[in-house]
Amino acid sequence: MNEIVFKKFLNPTVVLMRVSAPLVAAKAQPGQFVILRPDAESERIPLTVADYDRENGTVSIIFQIVGETTERLAKLKQGEFIADFAGPLGRPTETEGYKKVAVIGGGVGCAIAFPVAKKLHEQGCEVTSVVGFRNRDLVILEDEFKAVSSNYVLMSDDGTAGEKGLVTDALKKLIEAGEKFDCVIAIGPLIMMKFVCLLTKQYGIKTIVSMNPIMIDGTGMCGGCRLTVGGKTKFACVDGPDFDGHEVDFDEAMARGSVYKPFERKAHEEYCNLYGKAVEE
Amino acid sequence: MADLIKTKYPMPTEKPEIRAKNFNEVAFGYTEALAKSEAARCLGCKVPACVEGCPVNVKIPDFIRHICAGDYEGAYAVLKESNALPAVCGRVCPQETQCESKCVRGRNGEPVGIGRLERFAADHHNASDPAPAAPPVKNGHKAAVIGSGPSGLSCAGSLAAKGWEVTVFEALHVAGGVLVYGIPEFRLPKTIVQKEIDTLKQMGVDIETDVIIGKTLTVDELFAQGYEAVYIGTGAGLPKFMGIPGENLNGVYSANEYLTRVNLMKAYKNSSTPVLHPAKVAVVGGGNVAMDAARCALRMGAEQVYIIYRRGEEELPARREEVEHAKEEGIIFRLLTNPVEILGDEKRFVRGIKVVDMELGEPDQSGRRRPVEIAGSEHDIECDCVIMALGTTPNPLIKSTTAGLETQRWGGIVADENGLTSIENVYAGGDAVTGAATVILAMGAGKKAAEAIDAKLNV
Repeated sequence: MNEIVFKKFLNPTVVLMRVSAPLVAAKAQPGQFVILRPDAESERIPLTVADYDRENGTVSIIFQIVGETTERLAKLKQGEFIADFAGPLGRPTETEGYKKVAVIGGGVGCAIAFPVAKKLHEQGCEVTSVVGFRNRDLVILEDEFKAVSSNYVLMSDDGTAGEKGLVTDALKKLIEAGEKFDCVIAIGPLIMMKFVCLLTKQYGIKTIVSMNPIMIDGTGMCGGCRLTVGGKTKFACVDGPDFDGHEVDFDEAMARGSVYKPFERKAHEEYCNLYGKAVEE
Repeated sequence: MADLIKTKYPMPTEKPEIRAKNFNEVAFGYTEALAKSEAARCLGCKVPACVEGCPVNVKIPDFIRHICAGDYEGAYAVLKESNALPAVCGRVCPQETQCESKCVRGRNGEPVGIGRLERFAADHHNASDPAPAAPPVKNGHKAAVIGSGPSGLSCAGSLAAKGWEVTVFEALHVAGGVLVYGIPEFRLPKTIVQKEIDTLKQMGVDIETDVIIGKTLTVDELFAQGYEAVYIGTGAGLPKFMGIPGENLNGVYSANEYLTRVNLMKAYKNSSTPVLHPAKVAVVGGGNVAMDAARCALRMGAEQVYIIYRRGEEELPARREEVEHAKEEGIIFRLLTNPVEILGDEKRFVRGIKVVDMELGEPDQSGRRRPVEIAGSEHDIECDCVIMALGTTPNPLIKSTTAGLETQRWGGIVADENGLTSIENVYAGGDAVTGAATVILAMGAGKKAAEAIDAKLNV
């Protein structure tokens, strides 16, 4: 049982929780994840660590309410407990040895991109952050990103925040303007990461992506999180979650990510009905 | 005078057409009368071969004698001396290749139903709701056990009985290891596992779930925390795949994943954890895990379930009883058949499996006849789900974070006959050392290591 010591809605569907988990906080690194269950009836889900405080023994998670389990999680209040919170799992993001990196965050993926940007900044790397959201209401971590970036580019689908357009548009502009990145680190929806990789491949820029497939145990036992990377099967939980984006089979990953969509939709509806809430489409 | 009837008294089981639709336990166990009758078949050999056939040397004629006399608690006490989990072993041990294979009665007829009698004595004890024994007197020593499967539980129980303060670390959110995530409810009810774990807790064993040794904490940190000995009983949890095209299609599961979703996460009770409900399922493999996966799929509502195995009936590694149960329930065996590709539809879901017929050639290194493809025999089997039950290998998480821990090339931890690894005071046993084997062997290793740990450090 892990206490939620702080909870805040960052936007209407994205929640920040700081969770008391001293053992996880002592070891966590950017890029790693935890497996949690909000309560004893829940599914196990992986969530990437958004921040950690070794001194106070807390780990922050930021998640979007997308289905039944995240709905259950979001219902928990400050001072209440998360039933299970295990980690840190996966390999940390490799941040050593870069001079200039573009960190690309899409939507709630920014929550995972931020600690990477922060660590790069702390190590003396010049960070350009390119973040994208659907609209202004969904923007998160703006001040935090600005604090660790020498250049912060905000994009939105409808133009209500920053520039109108996709993160790939902004990244392309930067590259064509002569910015020389040692590496691009892209974290967000699969479709965004896919197109970032297609773009950077043209320019031959190393690109790291953080994969977040369906998994159960997070330790290599179920194999549900398998991906094809460079023609070989990899387990995101133990071999990743970071991979060379130019090697990842995104189309397969997208198909695998949607395997339980009908189930999730039904579960979400049932759960919402239970609480008399309208189901958002 | 022993009962000289040549066959075992049958154990009542649920009718196949009923049990194939639910997750209730298939075999009901002996009644008192049946147990007494079966016990009377034991000759009580002076030099009992069955005891040698048991990996933990349960005093078999001794406990059976107590059943004959109607002293069931006495029988349980004898079992408990050598076996930490008799209710579990009575159900899942491959007795036919162990104790029962050595039984004199087997030379002319069927051996004594030792497993069934073990189960009877354990169930009788558990049903009597026994008062918890007083916790053992502490000896001031501390040990850490990694993994709460049969090996870890057995080691923890043995150490606790000797007065050690024991903490068991479990990566998942519940204790029990393969007994809870792998073996299905209909073969091993989870209340039985829970009872055994509760008994350990009453003895003072502390179980820490959600702690992944190798990630959350390392073996070195356990020593730094004051544990004097560490036992690694992490099992063999990594699933194997075939490496054939189509293995990452939607609808292809490892048996580990499928069984974990259905059993541990209780998808069979419509829990929050999703699982596909396919109409036609192909399970690849011929071991107990393959039988478990196939029978789960049937109970989850599949209309047709195939076992696809590249060798023949004789070579099936599963227990005879499991194969028989699977057949009775309507599982279709496609033996001497090997998958070459999994076929997908335009949405990347499984639509079938391409297989090739096999024939048996010369014996290979394992002594079994090597299956050889028959040229031109390729054909497709229609299915919408494939479950790979090809075996498992040890998880490298601990090895990769413990300097100096030697392993075999295939990942098994190197340990001597007492379980001692290449690191002082670090012991290991069970599937983590041997590769995927049986519950009883894992338990035997846990007990042996506990004795070695106590002999070395409790002086």
